[in-house]
Amino acid sequence: MYTFHSTKELLELTHKHKKSMSDITILQEMQQSGKSKAEVIARMERRLKVMKTAVEKGLKNGGKSVSGLSGGDAKCLYNYKAHKMMLSETAIISIAYAIATGEHNACMGQIVAFPTAGASGVLPGVLFAAQKTQGYSDKAVNKALFAAAGIGIIIGENATLSGAEGGCQAEIGSAVAMAAGALTELRGGTPEQCANAAALGLKNLLGLTCDPLGGLVEVPCIKRGGILSTLALAASDMAIAGIKSFVPFDEVVEAMSHIGKMISPRLRETALGGLAITKTGEKIKKKLGFNANGISNLF
Amino acid sequence: MPNYTTFDIAGPIMVGPSSSHTAGAVKIGQMARALFDQTPTKVTFYLHGSFATVYKGHATDKALLAGVMKFRTADTHIKDAFKIAKEKKIEYEFKTTDLGIGYHPNTVKIILESDGHKKMSVIGSSIGGGNVIIVKINEFDVELKGVAGKYMSLIISHAKRKGIIAEITAALSAMGCDIVDIQSFRTGEQSLTFLNLEGYRPTLEDVLRIEEIDGVEFVRSLTKLGQQSLQ
Repeated sequence: MYTFHSTKELLELTHKHKKSMSDITILQEMQQSGKSKAEVIARMERRLKVMKTAVEKGLKNGGKSVSGLSGGDAKCLYNYKAHKMMLSETAIISIAYAIATGEHNACMGQIVAFPTAGASGVLPGVLFAAQKTQGYSDKAVNKALFAAAGIGIIIGENATLSGAEGGCQAEIGSAVAMAAGALTELRGGTPEQCANAAALGLKNLLGLTCDPLGGLVEVPCIKRGGILSTLALAASDMAIAGIKSFVPFDEVVEAMSHIGKMISPRLRETALGGLAITKTGEKIKKKLGFNANGISNLF
Repeated sequence: MPNYTTFDIAGPIMVGPSSSHTAGAVKIGQMARALFDQTPTKVTFYLHGSFATVYKGHATDKALLAGVMKFRTADTHIKDAFKIAKEKKIEYEFKTTDLGIGYHPNTVKIILESDGHKKMSVIGSSIGGGNVIIVKINEFDVELKGVAGKYMSLIISHAKRKGIIAEITAALSAMGCDIVDIQSFRTGEQSLTFLNLEGYRPTLEDVLRIEEIDGVEFVRSLTKLGQQSLQ
């Protein structure tokens, strides 16, 4: 049996069977769905393809979204990357790719909600940037996506992946943890290093609220996905270097769940607090015809 | 503790921007269309709560209409839903409303009409991550759960005959369908059974065979079957 509900169980399975996090996740999926390994891998490949197309189209498009709040930033950064930057090439590309996915999503393009539509930029940003600069094969990246899914399963079962329930820590925070773990496996890290990378990623985003302008998945979501994708790169570098998270991943997830319950509903995707009610936020709400009657009196 | 699988996390493949306000809205539209047994000539959408406040930016309106036209959640033509509806001569209207307390913030009431056919009213809520629930069909309270882009769903209206659900599920299993869940509700004299399926996708011929089971009034299928029967 390859069933896991925590990192502790997942790591035990990796040791018992001498397999990686992604291997165990693939085996669990085969066991749950009754499908062959080839079918399970092909199903993920379809997602990989959609993720790649979204990045390409998002980089090329450069146009504005339906609401007019976003668009063009991925192209702007990507075209500027030849200049002297403070971050590494991988990090700049990661930001650009993550933003490209978010912009494509806001333009009603096809994306993979992995783990959610709002946080869909982080995984393609981190993994495709690493692929571009380090030369990993599509097959290897596709396999790493299972490690990301394995970490996502643990977060979903023990906390939440929804901004409306747990704030942005549950969406982009989870995506960063998943990307950090997946990248660490792709780089040849041990399952423990993957878990440490995931813990370092999520731990540093605890408490992040979900307060987008006008309730739309655009500001700050798209650029936030870009900038915070670099946190996954940092967490992976630290874990590969041998740094451990003092608090293990399972406990960080527990803390995230606990904090999510304490975050005011005004800061959980309702557009009734934080950035959404700044002067700019209110202006956008007015422009969009946002009417909070019936919602605002609930809190 | 909920149970998640790999593809609950890695997916669905969808058209943005929002899994609840776009993908979920498509699914509610699909379910309403499946319950109404023909192409509607007029559809009116009453948007409640957060659907009423932020529907334009999330294209909830286009998504709902696309769903009523049997588009899949990953269809890149969702953004052209208004144009396609006009070509299909489907009249549509969106109104914001307050359905009252007790409804989820992301709720819509859909009125489907067709010449010479009884009106149908369907109320559905998008409860997060593409998960939706139909809570009312005409005056009957129901609880039909669906997941955008995940399962193939069948809706079967049938008499309240003993053993009939067992016959239906046996027929589907024999075709090679895995039945993920079954929900059954009384709607007046009839019962309504809703099945989420994986594995084999029943063809139009398969559905017609299920309709021949004694006591089955009609079988409606969601999304992909509609596309198959067009081919």
